[in-house]
Amino acid sequence: MSDTNSPGQPGTGGPGDSSWPEYLTGAERHGASSSGPSGASAAEPEGRGGPRRVIGTPPPAAARTMLPPDGGAAGREAVRELPAGPEDPARAKRVEKLVAACFIIAGLAGLAFLVFYSTIGVGSLTRVLHSNLALGGSMALMFLLLGIGATLWVRHLMPAVELTEQRHPMASTQQERAAFKETFNEGAETSQFVKRPLIRRSLIAATVPLAVAPIFLLRDLGPLPGTSLDYTVWRKGLRLLVYGTNRPVTAAEFSTPGSIISVGPEGYLDDDDAMAKAAVTLIKFRPGEIVYGPPAKPGGATVRNTVVPNWTVDNIVAYSKICTHLGCPAALYEQTTHRILCPCHQSTFLATEGARVIFGPATRPLPQLPIGVDAQGYLIALSDFNQPVGPSFWERS
Amino acid sequence: MSVERALEGTGAWLDDRLHGARGVRVLLRKIFPDHWSFLLGEIILYSFIILLLTGTFLTLWFQPSMSDVIYHGSYVPLRGVRMSEAYASTLHISFDVRGGLLIRQIHHWAADLFMAAIMAHMIRIFFTGAYRKPREINWLIGIVLFTLGMFEGLFGYSLPDDLLSGAGLRITEGILQSFPIVGTYLAFFLFGGPFPGHDIIPRMYILHVLVIPGVILALVTVHLFLMFHQKHTQMPGKGRTNENVVGAPMYPYFMAKTGAFFFFTFAALALAATFTQINPIWLYGPYNPVAMSAGSQPDFYMGALEGSLRMFPPWQWVFFGHTFAFNVFVPALLPLGIVFGGAAAWPFLEQWITGDRREHHLNDRPRNAPTRTALGIAMITFYGVLWAEGANDIIADHLDISLYLTTWIARIAWLVAPILAYIITKRICLGLQRKDAHLLEHGVETGIIRQLPGGEFIEETRPVDEEALAVLTSRNVPPPLPALVAAETEVPPPGMRGRLGKVRERLYNVVTESVPLPEPHGNGHGNGHAVEGNGHGQESLPAGSSTEPGGGEDQH
Repeated sequence: MSDTNSPGQPGTGGPGDSSWPEYLTGAERHGASSSGPSGASAAEPEGRGGPRRVIGTPPPAAARTMLPPDGGAAGREAVRELPAGPEDPARAKRVEKLVAACFIIAGLAGLAFLVFYSTIGVGSLTRVLHSNLALGGSMALMFLLLGIGATLWVRHLMPAVELTEQRHPMASTQQERAAFKETFNEGAETSQFVKRPLIRRSLIAATVPLAVAPIFLLRDLGPLPGTSLDYTVWRKGLRLLVYGTNRPVTAAEFSTPGSIISVGPEGYLDDDDAMAKAAVTLIKFRPGEIVYGPPAKPGGATVRNTVVPNWTVDNIVAYSKICTHLGCPAALYEQTTHRILCPCHQSTFLATEGARVIFGPATRPLPQLPIGVDAQGYLIALSDFNQPVGPSFWERS
Repeated sequence: MSVERALEGTGAWLDDRLHGARGVRVLLRKIFPDHWSFLLGEIILYSFIILLLTGTFLTLWFQPSMSDVIYHGSYVPLRGVRMSEAYASTLHISFDVRGGLLIRQIHHWAADLFMAAIMAHMIRIFFTGAYRKPREINWLIGIVLFTLGMFEGLFGYSLPDDLLSGAGLRITEGILQSFPIVGTYLAFFLFGGPFPGHDIIPRMYILHVLVIPGVILALVTVHLFLMFHQKHTQMPGKGRTNENVVGAPMYPYFMAKTGAFFFFTFAALALAATFTQINPIWLYGPYNPVAMSAGSQPDFYMGALEGSLRMFPPWQWVFFGHTFAFNVFVPALLPLGIVFGGAAAWPFLEQWITGDRREHHLNDRPRNAPTRTALGIAMITFYGVLWAEGANDIIADHLDISLYLTTWIARIAWLVAPILAYIITKRICLGLQRKDAHLLEHGVETGIIRQLPGGEFIEETRPVDEEALAVLTSRNVPPPLPALVAAETEVPPPGMRGRLGKVRERLYNVVTESVPLPEPHGNGHGNGHAVEGNGHGQESLPAGSSTEPGGGEDQH
């Protein structure tokens, strides 16, 4: 229990005293009386307690004012419920000064904010840093002091008070419900909505097109997927360009075992839509590291957990960079263990064995891109991937 | 004097037209109960207001466009780089608009605070039972607001089109694609074709700045109106019953306090934005589908979803030429579905089990509802495991343990930790109840040792004071099971028949398990004995209603 709320805290006398604490005592008396029988409420004049009072609550006058219970208050005007002023004027004076100081400094901080805004400016990293510190510092100081000032004010200048208000059950009374039902039925009857089913049904039928209209209106949000997810822009003869430098790459240039580069199809490196599916990782292995599977039959299915031998060039293997889990670029490569790791959800693929999944949520290996060399010795694609790249989808077989 | 004139001038002018004197007067005197945990809801409201203010500022410069531009602004490292207009304008706000970086950072911090405060507020509501009748509607609105907040946040931090948030969008696309039958259509319709396309930023923008905030604003309004209308719950204490509200009036007390609290919230966010960098998109670079950095994390409120996706095993079904990406669809929907669905269903489930359909305005102390509290902690643990797994790479790095080990720990802890949490929490609650019962029965230890004539030493105790007594005895006792009432007639009443009735009876016994409350006497001699029995049939003891002597002295 916090002190600010405790009623009757000050040790002043009983209800007869003239200073503010009596009101608190009054509130407490009310708290005590709240559990008692709630008679006499009907006899109370409506105006004094306010419209909030409901039948069944204690009489407002007795509940929230200091009227003596013997009825001596008859004729007196509305009595204060809240105390008028603080108990200790000297202390209040000190707090007042403190609160005012908070507000004055807050105002100065606000002014400083405006000054900093005009003088510091932006446009370079240093100035942005200084501006952010100055503007943010002065703004924070302003709000902080406003908050502190207001808190001191409410806690130390406004006298502690605790009042009690009655609740009433949320449910309406039976009579109210019956009356509502009657009114509702009257309306329904008068409107003849119930009586004339033809009108009702035709109205409902008429709104059906309206209800399904959004489905039609949203149709043009995008093209239908069709088979577009099954293919990428890779095709026979497209050169593999290094992502970033846009230069084609030869097997001789890319000769350091364990190295890895990102490549894309010639002409599509700046096309994000194309690259979102066509991004490829080239990995160079030492001789003997790769575990080869059976040669790929033209157009035929391949064993997917080993590298297809006639799709590699000089121990260079090309895998789709798009993770088969959720499409993030599987961008991390651990040279010593030949693991490709997707940083998003840590699906791990073993590069030497056809990028089969060895850990994480991905279910399928990274597809291998068939690569060869063209007449100039540059690496090229031999065809598109032989299966869809990226995350699984319903139409994928 | 001028106040008098304003009241008679402007006030009268308004009242002539609005008839407000009576209604507003009542409003001014509305009583607000006080407890520190009631501030949590206010933090949500104020961070939302700050989000609206700062967000409006940001829209003045932000360009929701995915058109390619070459950057020529003040941030030197990215000059000449191809990027989307959205990213370039975010850089512009950060480096070329005065106060832009500050407001951007306040906006982001406020979003995180908004979500964190929602979580804390929900936890408070749950553990104190403040969701009970008549407040179930507000509880459901709160859950909807939490969900909306997640989407609002996701769309918001994706707008700058930086590398980090682009990965988030890619994941969003992958999740959509995993939906059976309609997945690819959903993805194509959201992105306007293949990922990333040129439509997603403008579409998210209008959702982020108009549609979702509009719905949130509407729901917040309803939420606050209902809170006003139903009157706030209160914590147990002296003089506080289920039939009253004890506190300070709105005007001037609550208004001043809450105004101060708005300033504090704003000050805290301004401090955070001044001294702590958040979402430095210039370090991530513009989005491209080829690059990705290690240690990528979403904002914290998406962490549980991320963790769920990370730890799920690689299960996928292929049948009749179709792929069902179980490994994505299930972890994307199920765990958060359990948390939100469970939270939404619980008030009604609890009502059905306990048969308690009374109104509750006096909050429970968490210990006094051991099963509820244990379930809540279990749910938090469940969510917490997913959340921690969402940062498992960071955890593995900092603790220097294997990445895969963290995933395996999460895979097991996901199932085991909530059960342990449930058992432990329930034991703790019952233990605390026993402690309370002991206090009631034997009183407060005074530290005074006395020797009895027979040579025996005892410690003197004094009875607990009224305030503590009101708190200790505030125990909601659910109505007895109808089966127990009708036990003699041999015919189970409706609702208790058949299998479902048996289930309900068992659940009733679990949910209402409590240490019985002894009759308080605390006469200082420690001669009381625990009241035996299961306590189910006991009368409810509303705080302060039966035990409070009128006008007693304060004890502190």
